[in-house]
Amino acid sequence: MLTIAGHAFRSRLLLGTGKFSSAGILKQAIEASGCEMITVALRRVDLDDPADDIMGVLDRKKYIFLPNTSGARDAAEAVRLARLARAAGAGEWLKLEVTPDPRTLLPDPVETLYAAEELVKEGFKVLPYINADPILALKLQDAGVAAVMPLGAPIGTNLGLQTRLQVEIIIEQARVPVVVDAGLGAPSHAAEAMEIGADAVLVNTAISVAGDPVRMARAFARAVIAGREAFEAGLGPRSKQAEASSPLTGLDFLKE
Amino acid sequence: MNIIVNGKQKEIAPATILISLVRELELDPEAIVAEHNGRIVRRDEYDSLALAENDILELIRFVGGG
Repeated sequence: MLTIAGHAFRSRLLLGTGKFSSAGILKQAIEASGCEMITVALRRVDLDDPADDIMGVLDRKKYIFLPNTSGARDAAEAVRLARLARAAGAGEWLKLEVTPDPRTLLPDPVETLYAAEELVKEGFKVLPYINADPILALKLQDAGVAAVMPLGAPIGTNLGLQTRLQVEIIIEQARVPVVVDAGLGAPSHAAEAMEIGADAVLVNTAISVAGDPVRMARAFARAVIAGREAFEAGLGPRSKQAEASSPLTGLDFLKE
Repeated sequence: MNIIVNGKQKEIAPATILISLVRELELDPEAIVAEHNGRIVRRDEYDSLALAENDILELIRFVGGG
């Protein structure tokens, strides 16, 4: 079973809640995904349209809210958002995200580490979103984060596990759970991440923009289960040389 | 008197209590978090915090995000 910061999870799929076409679809997709933890963002209330509240449909007792610090450009902004999230009642969980460049949305490793150190001190269970950097992952682990979340590809790109080699190194070295976050665009991508030993994956865009988000959520759930089972079963070795699956003996009758 | 709420000027009665403003804006106080002049307002302060001229108030809530 997956354990993050002492909390046991039955599901190894975490779901992002952005970009769903309606609150109803979001609710159904979450249910279909079987996830227990969902990410949320913090934004100003739109005073011209205060009724626009997608969170109204989500049962906070049923799901752990993992608020993110999306939009933060440096450590100070991330810390400010984190404190607001806690004050808003999300508990200590936090997806730390510091993305100064809106074009790439790639995380700033230095500011992420600064913010993580501060937030761990303040008692947060910090899950930092990072580039797939094994050295940074170790430093964050030493800083006391609850998990590390390396990206598969840039946010929202659906390009899959472009960072496979680095993620494998992170997994090999990690003493905290490794959650592959961002860029996973298809259930096969999620399965691949799980097959190489990721502890969990976090998916948003691939599900929310799918033709049928509810079915896609179910497809990801199954892929995550399959990938994990394959990892635990132990994949067979790879080889460039063909190796017959059928016996090479007992064919004498063909020649007689 | 004037205060700034979520980046916009708003005229309110002098010494308006935060909870009154939140209700006037038709917001659920449980669903938001307020930042008053850069300081996070605790839930138990909503009923007593009096707003003053030129105060800067941010009303924040959870939205869908990844």
